Amino acid sequence: MLYRENGQFKTTYRSDQQLLPITQDRFFVWGVVALAFLLVPLVASDYMFRAVIIPFLILTIAAIGLNILVGYCGQISLGHAAFMSVGAYAAYNLVVHAPGLNFLIVLVLAGLIAALVGVVFGVPSLRIKGLYLAVATLAAQFFIDWVFARVKWFTNYAPSGSVSASDVVLFGWTIAGPVEKYWFVLGVLVVMTLLAKNLVRSHVGRSWMAIRDMDVAASVIGIQPLHAKLSAFAVSSFFAGVAGALWGFIYLGAWEPLAFSINLSFNLLFMIIIGGMGSILGSYFGAAFIVVLPLALNQLPRLLGIPMSTAMISHLEFMIFGALIVLFLIAEPHGLARLWAIGKEKLRLWPFPH
Amino acid sequence: MGNLKKNWPVITLIAAILVGMAMPLLLGLSAPGFYVEVLLGGLMSGVLYSLVALGFVLIFKASGVFNFAQGAMVLFAALAMARLAEWIPQLTGIESRLVGNMLAFLVAMGLMVGFAWLVERLVLRHLVNQEGVVLLMATLGITYFIDGVGQTVWGSDIYEIHLGLPKTPTMILEGLFQGGILINQEDLAAALVAGLLVLLLALFFQKTATGRALRAVADDHQAAQSIGIPLNTIWVIVWAVAGIVALVAGMIWGSKLGVQFSLTLVALKALPVVILGGLTSVPGAILGGLIIGVGEKFAEVFLGPVLVKAFDLAGGGIENWFAYALALAFLLVRPEGLFGEKHIDRV
Repeated sequence: MLYRENGQFKTTYRSDQQLLPITQDRFFVWGVVALAFLLVPLVASDYMFRAVIIPFLILTIAAIGLNILVGYCGQISLGHAAFMSVGAYAAYNLVVHAPGLNFLIVLVLAGLIAALVGVVFGVPSLRIKGLYLAVATLAAQFFIDWVFARVKWFTNYAPSGSVSASDVVLFGWTIAGPVEKYWFVLGVLVVMTLLAKNLVRSHVGRSWMAIRDMDVAASVIGIQPLHAKLSAFAVSSFFAGVAGALWGFIYLGAWEPLAFSINLSFNLLFMIIIGGMGSILGSYFGAAFIVVLPLALNQLPRLLGIPMSTAMISHLEFMIFGALIVLFLIAEPHGLARLWAIGKEKLRLWPFPH
Repeated sequence: MGNLKKNWPVITLIAAILVGMAMPLLLGLSAPGFYVEVLLGGLMSGVLYSLVALGFVLIFKASGVFNFAQGAMVLFAALAMARLAEWIPQLTGIESRLVGNMLAFLVAMGLMVGFAWLVERLVLRHLVNQEGVVLLMATLGITYFIDGVGQTVWGSDIYEIHLGLPKTPTMILEGLFQGGILINQEDLAAALVAGLLVLLLALFFQKTATGRALRAVADDHQAAQSIGIPLNTIWVIVWAVAGIVALVAGMIWGSKLGVQFSLTLVALKALPVVILGGLTSVPGAILGGLIIGVGEKFAEVFLGPVLVKAFDLAGGGIENWFAYALALAFLLVRPEGLFGEKHIDRV
């Protein structure tokens, strides 16, 4: 009834090309952003911020990055946590060696350094694809893990190999409390989402999708695989690097070499499978799902009154993750984002479907 | 001659590896006896990698699935074997360890066959004609699932498998090298079992009707189907065979290192092995395993200390990534692996 685009005529190129062509969508998105900035800090508890919302927001950035690579460009990566760790350690070293640098600049530089490393490890993608590339990215994961665990310079010669981040200062504003952290991360996420959303509908994004759908055909119509693949690796690693820096500085505060292990890489991949490959919105859904599910599983047996050991719960988590991945791949390969799109279609016809 | 010209990058790489391996000896960094010991140790772990890689290759050949779950299958089978060998004597009162182990082996084998059937029924059947990457992710899901199930059913501690293999180290070739070479009889037995398994598989593939059908499917799905070979049955069989290979690998590893969760991480090393050897080649899996096993040991023992000294590292651990780097180097010069089939893209 309310959700119709009837009567919304596009009379200028500008209005035809805007991000959200339907007025109701625009209102909805502005409303969600306003609620997120203003209402959430009033209702959510400190625990909610620390355990759910902040990790969700940061992992969403990383998931968008991985989605650009896997969902839009079709290049699989099993080593994305390694690019996050590059961002985190780059930010740490920038802060150590250039104290007082604005954290926003640190964030961008960390992203750029991660992008550079991503491009280096993306070079094999020009020669190998699919399953072979999966192994090449595994190489990146294990090698980068090893470098940060062993080369003392990166951890500033910390004896245990673990590093602790200093407070984040932005234009003289120290980001310390949960609400401040939340605002900061949310702001970064909004900017990154806009960036991603606009990139994937630009000619760069279109060349990624052409490569994904059929690389030989894409190169025949004049898309350079070199540019497309490496730019996907660069952008994807940039997102991962920014997410990694936030993960280290805002969420963890102090971290050990194994904080960015292969399990995080797998979790990121699960996020985009469940959320929806080739969808920015899907990255949000997937990240929310993967963050909330373990917490819900922890609470559920207690609420139902079934005694369950923590080991049992973690095994259960493994089983449910595994089963869900297979289920989504079979039943809804486009993930939760597709379900959302179906819901929207239904809403347009409601209450009088043909 | 033209062949030589075309293949020069591969030949250069192999030559570089050989020279790198001979370096410690040439530079006098190690005593010849110690060198041979490291070599043998590398070969032994290489045999174990080969066993896991074998399962990968079997499944990839027959169904085009890059089975990420092979490592998890090894862990599951090893856990089943360890716990069943413990439980069956308790339940039935069988005294003899041999009979207990045999029974446990049979039951575990049955479980792996059942698992293969379930995978075909619940997963593969619904994902026919999907892209390789989708199938890879599905097997990642299977990995998580059986990791969870395995630890729920069998427990998540460290277990031992007592196969009754001799564990005493022996000295050989004392006349040839100063101090002789120390080898483990258990390792020899493991290598023997692995060789036997490969032989059995070769016989199965070459001499039986089922084996012929498997090879037909591996060559061409559609052609095989058109002459009446049931694809679904073949998939069950091939996953079952891979499961049994996983069981044998798990048993040998379990008796050597103990059955524990970290087995899956070690089993992940089978990925570079198959990449190096070629995804569709059984001899490639064997040779690849040996190359990776030896290369890794050499890197850790001889290259590690040099790197640590040169770059002031906080310890070695090159083993963690060396296999992947080696596979990557091979990929760049020969994307199809040592013995794999060349891909040809068609628009």
